Amino acid sequence: MAEAAANIKKIRALIAAHKRWDLLFSLLGMLALMVGVLTFVALFGQMAVEGASRLSWDFFTNFPSRKPDQAGILSAWVGSTLVMLVTAATAVPLGVAAGIYLEEYAPRNWITDLIEINVTNLAGVPSIIYGLLALGLFVYGFGLGQSILTAGLTLGLLILPVVIVATREAIRAIPAAIREGAYALGATKWQTTADHILPYSLAGILTGVIIGMARAIGETAPVITIGALTFIAFLPSVPLTGDPPAGLFDWVMSPFTVMPIQMFNWTSRPEAAFHQNAAAAGLVLVVMTLSMNALAIYIRYRLRKNIKW
Amino acid sequence: MNAIPQAHRIYAVTENFVSDRLARRRLRHGKERVIEFVLFLAACVSVATTIGIVVILLKESFIFFQQVSLWDFLTDTQWTPLFADAHYGILPLLSGTLVSSAVALLVAIPLGTIIAIYLSEFAPFSVREVAKPFLEMLGGVPTIVYGYFALLFVTPLLQKIFPGLPGFNLLSAGMVMGIMIIPYVSSVSEDAMRAVPMALREGSYAMGATRFQTATRVVTPAAFSGIAAAYILGISRAVGETMILAVAAGMQPNLTWNPMEPAATITAYIVQVALGDLPHGSLAYQTIFAAGLALALVTLFFNVLGHMLRKRFRQAY
Repeated sequence: MAEAAANIKKIRALIAAHKRWDLLFSLLGMLALMVGVLTFVALFGQMAVEGASRLSWDFFTNFPSRKPDQAGILSAWVGSTLVMLVTAATAVPLGVAAGIYLEEYAPRNWITDLIEINVTNLAGVPSIIYGLLALGLFVYGFGLGQSILTAGLTLGLLILPVVIVATREAIRAIPAAIREGAYALGATKWQTTADHILPYSLAGILTGVIIGMARAIGETAPVITIGALTFIAFLPSVPLTGDPPAGLFDWVMSPFTVMPIQMFNWTSRPEAAFHQNAAAAGLVLVVMTLSMNALAIYIRYRLRKNIKW
Repeated sequence: MNAIPQAHRIYAVTENFVSDRLARRRLRHGKERVIEFVLFLAACVSVATTIGIVVILLKESFIFFQQVSLWDFLTDTQWTPLFADAHYGILPLLSGTLVSSAVALLVAIPLGTIIAIYLSEFAPFSVREVAKPFLEMLGGVPTIVYGYFALLFVTPLLQKIFPGLPGFNLLSAGMVMGIMIIPYVSSVSEDAMRAVPMALREGSYAMGATRFQTATRVVTPAAFSGIAAAYILGISRAVGETMILAVAAGMQPNLTWNPMEPAATITAYIVQVALGDLPHGSLAYQTIFAAGLALALVTLFFNVLGHMLRKRFRQAY
């Protein structure tokens, strides 16, 4: 009798000991998450403390300067915006078209396999390799020089896999009944795609495009590799103005700088005053990329909640 | 008597109608073929990009290796292409890359795995809903910002612990890089763990196992190839990372295995050369393509390995 009670006691102790491991691991998991949270808080906090004093209207409307307190990010944010325009104009049509082809049209053969392997592989290629591709091909091969066009095309190729994968996933989520309904009414494949598949997958595609653009706007390495200048104290010509009037697309061939390069330039200087500028530029950059990411996450969340086929 | 002409007339109308429809169908068909071809071309851009990368890297490296022997490239212990006494040994750059990646993985693999197990097996729904987007955001911070953080926050902090630590070092760059890689490791590992069928967990619980025992002895082994794929993706990320190292680890090639020293990586070297104004076609210009080729081969190896492992874990159930 006493032995049985002792046994039960032992078993209870064993269970309690095992349950303690559960608790311990939960705590460990929280702790690991906290490392991420703390890093993020430190990163954001440090930049805010350092850079907040530099964030004024002048900071956005001044060109870079040798005097740290007069330097601004005008040419950088204008450059980033223009490069993003070219990037979007490249990556969105190509990526969506490729995604549609792979999901709706592609026959099962070795060519399709080859394309799919390439998309997967390109997603894993380091961004600086794209920079080397652009340096050899766009800058010297096609003679586009170190222009906004070169940078936009490079970043467009870089985020192409992101857009393709997002498009495919969005299309795959559409039930077959929608296609069958359209075909039953005599629609052709393209009519089905353009009138049904594409509109219904638009929100999903948009999420991918925003995430891709957020990545492109923060990319530094490929843009440095093509030889973007770090000190630009002028803006690309505005279409149809000036004397003689600039052409509609003259700006795409203009030299440029972008936000991350401006930040890199300021970070790598020894003077502490420039580090404040770097912090302020970093703050702007992080707020931009994070709000884009947050927007994408929100759209996806809404999507999951609202669409019930 | 009347019936014949009427039938004839109907026939004629139908024939007319059919040929009209046929013409429209042919037009429609032609348009469809054109659209399909255009879409196909768009899909081929990814293949063209790969071919472009391979051709450019091989072409420029080929010119480079005509002047520098492959043997020197692989065995020389100095990398000084920009000096008068030029040496072209990839080893110093490779050691910088490997040491910084090792530091990053020592941070990312334990933390990433713990987070993945926690989120997949332990965390309540509400925690997961908050933590996953947060991790995604952590992966979305531009790398130049991480570089700034490593140089101006983590390094001064580490210097308080290790007073002799130089301003540029592989340790702080590697640690920050590790934090950056956590989301990649944790999300792929978690996907692998979630792909483990519920029945396995239920079986384990039915035998009286606790959550911890189920997670470590049933789910993790079952998802092993997926978790390994996550690690390998993390490695390939670390090897290809550029800006954190260019900013925080210095750009001085240094054959060392000590993370407390400054050193250049393959990627940092490419940035350094691109920042200077090198004439197109010079030997120093070609060195960045040779370095890029080495980098591409290393990451390709890891990507293929990761792809194979992921395929295996998908087929398992």
